[in-house]
Amino acid sequence: MTTLVFLEHNGGVIQKGGLGVLAKALALGGDVAGVVVGHGVADVAASAGAFGAGTVYVVDAPAFEAPLPQPRVDALEAVVAASGAENVFFAASVLSADVAAGLSARLDAGINWDLTDLVLDGGQLVGKRPALGDTVLVDVGWTTTPRIALVRSGAFEPVETGGSTTVHDVAVTLQDFSTAAQMVEQAHEQASGPSIEDADVIVAGGRGLGTADGFKLAEELAAALGGAVAATRAVVDAGWYPYSTQVGQTGKSVSPKLYIALGISGAIQHKVGMQNSGVIVAINKDPNAPIFDFADFGVVGDLNQVAPKLAELVRARKA
Amino acid sequence: MKVAVCVKQVPDATSARRIDASTNRLDRSGEGAINATDINAVEEALRIKEAHGGEVVVVSFGPARALDSLRKALAMGADRALLVSDEAAAGSDLVATSYAIAKALEREGADLVLFGQQSSDSDGAVLWSAVADRLRRPLISQVADLGVDGSSVTGKRQTEFGYDVISAPLPAVVAVSDAINEPRYPSLKGIMGAKSKPAETVSLADIGVESERAGTSGSRTTVLALSPPPSKGDQIKIEDDGSAAEKLVDWLAEKKLL
Amino acid sequence: MASEIRAADYPPPFSSAEVIAAPTDAPDERIEVGVLVVGGGPAGLACAIRLGQLIEADPAVAERLGDVPVALVDKGKQPGSHLLSGAVMNPRAVRRLFKGRPEQLEGIPTYGEVPGEGVYLLTRKRALRIPPPPTLRNHGNWIISISQMCRYLAEQAEAGGTFVLPETAADRLLVDHGRVVGIRSGDKGRGKEGEPLGNFEPGADIVAKVTVLAEGTAGHLTGAALDHFGLNGREPQIWELGVKEVWRVPKPLRKIVHTMGWPLRKSARYREFGGSWLYPMGDDMVSLGFVVGLDYRDLELSAHDLLQEFKTHSFVRAILDGGERVAWGAKTITSGGWHAMPRSLGAPGLLLAGESAGLVDLARLKGVHYAIESGRLAAEAAFGSLQRGENPGRIGAFDGYDAEVRNGYLGKSLHEVRNMRQAFEKGFFVGGGLASAMTVTKGKLPPKEFHNEPNAAAPLLRTDRAAKYPAPDGVLTFDKLSSVFAAGNRTRDDQPNHVRVEQRVPRDVAEMWAWMCPAQVYEAGEDNGDGTVDVKVTPSNCVQCGAITARGGRLTPPEGGSGPEYTQT
Repeated sequence: MTTLVFLEHNGGVIQKGGLGVLAKALALGGDVAGVVVGHGVADVAASAGAFGAGTVYVVDAPAFEAPLPQPRVDALEAVVAASGAENVFFAASVLSADVAAGLSARLDAGINWDLTDLVLDGGQLVGKRPALGDTVLVDVGWTTTPRIALVRSGAFEPVETGGSTTVHDVAVTLQDFSTAAQMVEQAHEQASGPSIEDADVIVAGGRGLGTADGFKLAEELAAALGGAVAATRAVVDAGWYPYSTQVGQTGKSVSPKLYIALGISGAIQHKVGMQNSGVIVAINKDPNAPIFDFADFGVVGDLNQVAPKLAELVRARKA
Repeated sequence: MKVAVCVKQVPDATSARRIDASTNRLDRSGEGAINATDINAVEEALRIKEAHGGEVVVVSFGPARALDSLRKALAMGADRALLVSDEAAAGSDLVATSYAIAKALEREGADLVLFGQQSSDSDGAVLWSAVADRLRRPLISQVADLGVDGSSVTGKRQTEFGYDVISAPLPAVVAVSDAINEPRYPSLKGIMGAKSKPAETVSLADIGVESERAGTSGSRTTVLALSPPPSKGDQIKIEDDGSAAEKLVDWLAEKKLL
Repeated sequence: MASEIRAADYPPPFSSAEVIAAPTDAPDERIEVGVLVVGGGPAGLACAIRLGQLIEADPAVAERLGDVPVALVDKGKQPGSHLLSGAVMNPRAVRRLFKGRPEQLEGIPTYGEVPGEGVYLLTRKRALRIPPPPTLRNHGNWIISISQMCRYLAEQAEAGGTFVLPETAADRLLVDHGRVVGIRSGDKGRGKEGEPLGNFEPGADIVAKVTVLAEGTAGHLTGAALDHFGLNGREPQIWELGVKEVWRVPKPLRKIVHTMGWPLRKSARYREFGGSWLYPMGDDMVSLGFVVGLDYRDLELSAHDLLQEFKTHSFVRAILDGGERVAWGAKTITSGGWHAMPRSLGAPGLLLAGESAGLVDLARLKGVHYAIESGRLAAEAAFGSLQRGENPGRIGAFDGYDAEVRNGYLGKSLHEVRNMRQAFEKGFFVGGGLASAMTVTKGKLPPKEFHNEPNAAAPLLRTDRAAKYPAPDGVLTFDKLSSVFAAGNRTRDDQPNHVRVEQRVPRDVAEMWAWMCPAQVYEAGEDNGDGTVDVKVTPSNCVQCGAITARGGRLTPPEGGSGPEYTQT
C-alpha cells in the first residue's frame, strides 16, 4: 500500500496537522511518502524526515509560491501518477480541504472527510467519522483507488522519529485555469504570546463577554488555571482580541486538556476548532446555546458572576 | 451578469436527525431548512445583481422537497430556480454530486457561481472545490468580503494565518463564509411573488448526466457501518444559583484538571 | 390578616388601543388579498381549505377576490411549529371538511382510533380506576399530533390555492371607518432596544375584504378586537396551562388514559383544577401532559414541575420505564366556555374562529374539531357574503355565522357543559358531584349559573409547595431549561422584549410568575426595600404559551419565526 501525505507548510514550517496524519499513515504501514508543494521548499521537505517521512515528493516552482489550492491539485495529480499511490491523506485546513476535494474531482477518486480515525480492517482502509452532531460514529470506505482522506484537524499527534528523507522532484504541467486565481495580498500571522495550540488549558471568550473589557475575566481565569486565552471569530472581527488567538474553522484548531468557553454560543464554525478538547466547560446565559449540547460541564448563568468566582476558588485550591 | 447560487436543503437542526437503518444514509424525511451559509450566498448574489444588473439563479440537487428551500431564495429576490431531482441520484457521494452539479451549471452558463461555505449535515462540506475543478474555473473559497467588477472578482478570505486577498477573472467559482453579510428577511411581497417565479425541476438525463455517473454507481465511497460514539461520559448542565462556581471547581478537581 | 396580593392589581404596560390602527402604507405598497386568515392552526387552515374548495367551484367569485384570493399568516417557522395539544380528536369535522375528497381525508396523519380508555383517580401511591364520566367517552375518536396534522393541512391549503405565509407575526389589526380591513405584519430585524438593525425589514399592511382571526389561545389581535368592538363575553375569559412531553417507549400503551387528583390538591382553598393525559402514539411513542387551571392560588404552583412530579407516580413510571423523552412543549387552553364566548363571533369585516372564538369544550377535552368546524363555517360566511355581492364590512354582516355556530352542534355542546369548569371552584368532590349532575342532565342541573373570576385576580398564598417537586434527574424528570431546549426554541437573542409585565411588583407576584412560566422567562430580582422587586425577563426563552396573558401580563408576538419548533406535539 502506498500512501501520500500532503504536508502543508507556512513560513518554512510544516503544519502540525499534516505531521499528525503522517504519523498515522506510518502506523498503518506500507510505503509512506510526504508531499510538499511550494517555492523554495527544499528545507521544508527535508524537515519532514524528523517526523518519519523517509521519502518526500517535492513540487517546487514559482507558480506554487502562493498557498492557493488549484495549482496544488495539478501537483498532486502528477505525484499520484508518479508514485502510483493508492491513498492520499490530508489534514483538514482551509487550503487542504480545497485541494483534497479538487483532487477528488480531477481523478474521480472517492473522498471521505472529517475523519477522526483511520484503520485497516481485513486489509481494507476504513475511515471513522462522527455524524449527526457527534451522536453516531460512521465507518466509511472507498470503492476505488486512489482513496482520498481528509482528516479532522488535531485528530492525530505528530511523532518525532528523527531520520532523514529522500527527496523526489516531480515536474507538473499546470492546467490553464489553475493559475487564473492570483494572490494579491497574502496573510501574515501576527504572533503575540505563546501559541494557544500548545496550551493544556484554554479559556476562550465570545460575544457573551459583552465588550472588549470582558476579556479581563478570561485573562484572570486563564492566569488562575495556568492557561492561555483564545477568542471566537466574532470578537476578533470586532477587534476585541488578536487574530492569533482565534479558534475555529478559520482560526486555529486546539485540543487542550481543558477548554472553558465563556459567552460562546458554540456554533459549528467555532466548534470545529475545539471539539477535540479533552474536557469542555461552557458558561453562557442562554440555555439554548448549542454549546451545551457538547459541553461536558455546562453552566447556565451570568459569566460576570461565575467566572471571577471560579478564578478565586481555583486560586484558593492551588494555594 | 448571471450569478448562479448552489443551495442545499438540510434537515432542520431541531427535528430528530437519524440515520435510516435500512440504507445507512441520513434520513432526510424530517423538516428541511436551507443551509445557513447558502442564505449568505444568496444574499451576496442579490447584492451583486443590485450593483451590476443581471439575473440570479438558484440551483439545487436533491429530492422534490428541496423546492421549498429554493422558494425562500426566490422570496429573497432570486429570479429563477432550478432543481435537479432524480431518484437515481440517491446515495451520491462527492464525486457523483459534484459531477451532476457541474453539468447543471454548465447548462446555466453563469458568470459567477456562488456556494455557501458550510453544510451542517454529512455531505457537501467541500463541494465547491470539486465543482470548480470540473468546470475548469478559478476558485476563491472562505470569502468574507467579495468585490465584483465587470470582468473579475476579488475575495478577501480568511485562513488560519489571517486574511488573503485573491483575485480571479470571470467566470469563476466563489464559496462565501457566513461572515460575508447579514442576509435580508424576505419581504411579504417577495414571499408572495416567489410563487410566480420560474422554478424548473429537471432529471439527471435532462442535464446530461449518464446513469453510471449517478447515485451509488457514480460514487466512489461507501458507508460501511454505524456505531454509537465512544462514550463521552455524563454531561452535566446546571443553572447558576450562586453555587455553580463551587460545583464546577469540585468537578474539575475530581477530574484532576486543576 | 395581610391584605391579599393579586397580579391583577399590577396590570402590564399595555393597551388594546396600541394594536388597532389604520393602514399606513401607501395604497400601492399595501398587499391586497381577498380573504386573510390569521393563524395556521386547525381553525385557520380549515377556513383556508374550505375557501379553496368554494373558489374552485365558483371561479367568478375568485375574480372578485383578486390576485391573491386567500392568504394565511402564521407567526411560527411553519404551520405546526407553535401547535400543541393532547390530542384526541372527534373526526366529525374533518370528515365534513373533506366531504367528497377521500384521498385528502385519508392523507391526514393520525395514530389511529382510540383503542380503549381508562380514567384514574390518583393518590400519592395509588391509581384507582373510576368509571369514565360521560364527557370523557372517546370511542371512535382519533389520536393525533396537532402539529403534524396541521403541517398536512397547510399543504392541502396551499394545494387549494392559499398563499401560506409563515414567519409572519400579526402585529396590528387594521381598522378603517369602523371596519376591519386587514392586519399589519410585524417588523423584522430590530435590536434589543427596538433600533433597526442592518437587515431591518418593516412589516407590511395586508388589506383584505374579510379578515378571519384564528389565533388560538390568548390571541394578540383577538384580545384587542374584542375590546375595540365591545365583544367581550358575559364572563371574563379564563385559561388552563398544559405542559406536554412526547416519549419514545419500549412497551406500547394500549389505551388512552386520563387522570385526576394527585398531585393536585382537593381543597377549595387551593383552586387546583386539572389532570393529566397519556395517549399512545402508535406502538412506540406516548404523548403525556398535565393541565392545571390558571385560577390556582398557590404562588409556587408550577405546571412544568407538576408534570415532572406526576411522572414519578408508579403508574406513570411503569408506562415510561426504559423510554426517552423526545419532545416537550407548553401551551394554554382557553377554558371559559360558553359564558366567556365573545358576544358576537363577527364584526364588520371580521370573523372569529376556533379558540379565538372561545370554542373549547374543556369538559370533554375537545377543541380541535370545534376549530375545524367553525373554520369551515367562517369560510362559508366569508365566501357567501362576497358571492352575494354584499359588503362584508357592514354592521351585522356576519350575524348569520354567529347564529350558525351558537345554534349548531358546536354551540349546543358548549352550552351543555357551560358551568362545568366553574363548579370545580368548589373543590374536587363538590365540583365532581356538580359536574356529574350537569353531565347527566345535559346542563339543565344545577339551575344556578356560575361566574368566572379572572385568573389574574386569584389571591396568592404560599404553602411551600415547591419542596415537593422532584429534583431533575435528566432521565425521567427534567429542569425547565432542558425542556426549553427540547422545544427547539429559535428566538433571536437580541430582539426587543415581546413580553409586557409591570416591572415593579410585590415579591409574591414576581415569584408566582417565575413558578408559573414553564420556560423560565421570569425571575424575581432583589428587594427594592419598599415591598417590591424588579422582574427580570428573559424573552428568548419564551415558548409563547400565553400564561402570562392570563395571569397579569400580556404576551405580544415576537419577530415572526421566533419561538418553539414543535413537530410532534
